[in-house]
Amino acid sequence: MSAKARILDKLRHSLAGTETLPDDFDETLVTEPWRYPPEQRLARLRELMEAVRTEIHLTSQTQWPDLLAALLAEKQLTRLLIAPETDHGRQLTAHWSTRSDASLSTLSLSLSPQGRGDRIDGPVLSPLSLEGRGAGGEGETAAGSGTDSTQEHSPSDLPALHAYDRPVEEWKHELFHDTPASLTGTVGAIAATGSLILCPDRHEPRLMSLVPPVHFALLRASTIHDNLYEAQRALNWRAGMPTNALLISGPSKTADIEQVLAYGAHGPKDLVVLILEDA
Amino acid sequence: MSQPARIPLRDEFNSRAHDALGDAQLRRNFRGAMDSLMEKRAAAFSDADERERLRTLGNHIRARALSRLPDLLEQLESNLTANGIQVHWAETTEQANRIVLDIAERRQARQVIKGKSMVSEEMDMNHVLADHGIECLESDMGEYIIQLDHEKPSHIIMPAIHKNADQVARLFERELGEPYTRDVNQLIQTGRRILRQKFFDADIGVSGVNFAVAETGTLVLVENEGNGRMSTTVPKVHIAVTGIEKVVAHLRDVVPLLSLLTRSALGQPITTYINMISRPRQAGERDGPEEVHLVLLDNGRSQAFADSELRQTLNCIRCGACMNHCPVYTRVGGHTYGEVYPGPIGAIITPHLVGLDKVPDHPSASSLCGACGEVCPVRIPIPSLLRRLREENVSRPDPGHAVMRGQGSKYSALESTVWTLWRTLYTRPLLYRLFRFFATRLRALTPSRLGPWTEHRGAPKPAARSLHELARKHLEQSR
Repeated sequence: MSAKARILDKLRHSLAGTETLPDDFDETLVTEPWRYPPEQRLARLRELMEAVRTEIHLTSQTQWPDLLAALLAEKQLTRLLIAPETDHGRQLTAHWSTRSDASLSTLSLSLSPQGRGDRIDGPVLSPLSLEGRGAGGEGETAAGSGTDSTQEHSPSDLPALHAYDRPVEEWKHELFHDTPASLTGTVGAIAATGSLILCPDRHEPRLMSLVPPVHFALLRASTIHDNLYEAQRALNWRAGMPTNALLISGPSKTADIEQVLAYGAHGPKDLVVLILEDA
Repeated sequence: MSQPARIPLRDEFNSRAHDALGDAQLRRNFRGAMDSLMEKRAAAFSDADERERLRTLGNHIRARALSRLPDLLEQLESNLTANGIQVHWAETTEQANRIVLDIAERRQARQVIKGKSMVSEEMDMNHVLADHGIECLESDMGEYIIQLDHEKPSHIIMPAIHKNADQVARLFERELGEPYTRDVNQLIQTGRRILRQKFFDADIGVSGVNFAVAETGTLVLVENEGNGRMSTTVPKVHIAVTGIEKVVAHLRDVVPLLSLLTRSALGQPITTYINMISRPRQAGERDGPEEVHLVLLDNGRSQAFADSELRQTLNCIRCGACMNHCPVYTRVGGHTYGEVYPGPIGAIITPHLVGLDKVPDHPSASSLCGACGEVCPVRIPIPSLLRRLREENVSRPDPGHAVMRGQGSKYSALESTVWTLWRTLYTRPLLYRLFRFFATRLRALTPSRLGPWTEHRGAPKPAARSLHELARKHLEQSR
C-alpha cells in the first residue's frame, strides 16, 4: 500500500459518519470594508504603497517614456531590462530610438565629434536587433514630447535598453550582475492592500520583477481593483490560473534582525510605479 | 560554510526554562520583539467587529476544508498533476527526505537553496541532505543567521528574534569574516550579497507552502524578503514541502486567510510578495523551474485528525500570534521548547509529531490565561486543547485505544488514587464533614515539605476552624 493510500485511508476512516461542513463563505466580509469610491481608489493604493517606501508617479499613456527616462537619469541607471514583445516594451523602444535620433541631430550641431562617436558606437538597444530604431506606431505619439525633453537631458541620459529575449540560462550572469533596473507591466492593482498584480509570461518573464535592484512597473489606473476578492473574479483566475501570479506590495524587505525594517532583502531595493491616469 | 553540527537538546524543558529566565539579554530581546508584534497586530485589527467576524470566517474555511480533507487532497493532486506539478506523499519525515534525495540524486544536485519552510525543519532537511553531500542553505535572513550559528528557529515567523544586532554582527564577523557593524541595513546587505550568489548557483530550490488551492492546483507562498520567489524561480527544480492540512477548497478562501495571516503575524495589510505558483516553466517561457514538485507530509497530522477535538489543531495557518501573546513564551523564548514549533501552538502540535511522551511538559508550559485562544486568527481553542493534552498526559496508559502516541506518560497510580479519594470526599457531604473535622483538628500533622511546591513557598496548612464552623458560630453570637 502506498503512502498516499495509507494517509487517505486514515483520514477517511476518521471522517466516517461525519458530514461535510457547509460552505458559508461570506463575501461581504472581504469586499464591503474594502471598497472605495472611484476617485479614492488611486489615492488609497498610493498611500499604502508609499507607506512601504514605494515611489509613485502619476503620468499618462504618452508621457511615461519621458518620465521614465528622467527617472533613470536621476537614479543614474545606465541599463534597463525590458520585455521587447510587450506593448510597453515596443512603445519604449520606439520612443528611445526617436529620442536618440533627436539627440543625435542636436549633437551633430552642438557637440564635438567625439561625443557623437560615443553615441553611435554604443547601440541604443542590445542585444535585441529586430525592434530597431524608427519603429513606428506608438512611438510617433511620443515623439513630440520626446523632442521637448531632449533639450533637458544630454544623450547620455538614455540608458541602454536590454531585452529579456532569451532563456535565462543564456545570460544568467549578466542578469544577476549587470542589470541594475527593469521595467514591467502589471495586469492590475489592489487598492485595499496597496498591491500590484503581475502575471509574468513568456514575453515578460518572472525574474524581471525580482532580480534587478530597481523595478519600474507600469500601472493603468483603470485596472486598479478595490480588493483581492474582486480582482480574482475580474481576472477570472478560478477558470485557470496563470503559470505564476504575483502580488507585489513594495520593495523587498525584512525585519528579521531586532525587528528593524530594512529594505532590499533579496528582491528589488526600489520599486517605482508609473501610473497611467488616462489608461 | 562549514556544515553545522547536530546539537543535542541539553536538558528537559524546566532546566532550559531556568537558563532562559536567567539570561537578561535573551529576555530583553524577546520582550521588545513581542511587545512590538502585539502592538502591530492590534493596530492592524482596529475594527474589533470586523476582526471577530473575519476570525469566524477563517475558522469556518479551515474547518470546512478539514471536513473533506481526503477529497480535497485528491482534487489538489489531480489539478496539480494536470498543471504539470508532480505530487508526492510521505507518511514520515524519513519518507519525505527520501523523496527529496531521490530528486536531488536524479538531478545530480550539489546545492540546495531553501526558502522558509517549517515542514523542512520537521524533516531536519538541512542535516539529512548534508549527510548525503548536498549543501542545503537557508535563505530567509533570520533562518540564514541561525543556520550560521547552528541553532533552531526560536519563533516560527521571526526565527532569529532571540538575537540582537550585536550578536548577529559578531556572528557574521566570526563565521563570514565580515567587518563588525551593528548597522542592520549593512548586515542585511551582507546577507543579500552572499545569498544572491547561492541563488545563482543552486540546483534546487525548496520552499514551504502557505495555502494549497485544490480547485485551481495552485501553491500560495507568503513572504516579505523575496527569497521565497528566488528559491522557487531561479533554480531549475523547485520542491515545495507542506503538511497535508494546508489545503483549501477554493481560490477565494485564500482572501480572508491571507488577510488574517499577515495582520496577525506582522500587523501588515499584506506581505511584500504573494507568490501563486500553478505550473512549472512552460514551452517558450524564459525562466522559472523546469520541474515543480509538491511533497505532502503527514508526520502525525492524521493522528490529530482522528479526534474531532484535537483536529482543530490542524486549522493553524502558522501566523505566530499565539506565541507573540503568550506570557510563558515571551519569558522563556522559543529554544526552551526544544522542538520545531514553540509556544502555545507548538505545545498542541508537537505531541502529534513526536509523541506526547517526548514533550510531556509542553502542555503544562502555560498559565491558561487564554491569550493564545483570543488572538488565534482561525479560532483554535488552544487553552482547551492544552487542558485536553494534560488529561492525555496523566490518564492511564491504554496502548490499544489511546488517541495519541505517548499518551499516559505522566500517569501516576498514587496521584490518580489521591484524586479519586478527593473526589469521593468532596462529593459526599457526610464524608466531607468528617474529613473537615479531622483536617482542622489534626492540622499540626500536615507535612511541611511538599516537593517542588515548598522550594519557594510555605506549605499550606488547614485553618484551625473551617469556614462553615466560623460562620455558624458568628450566626449564633449575633442572634
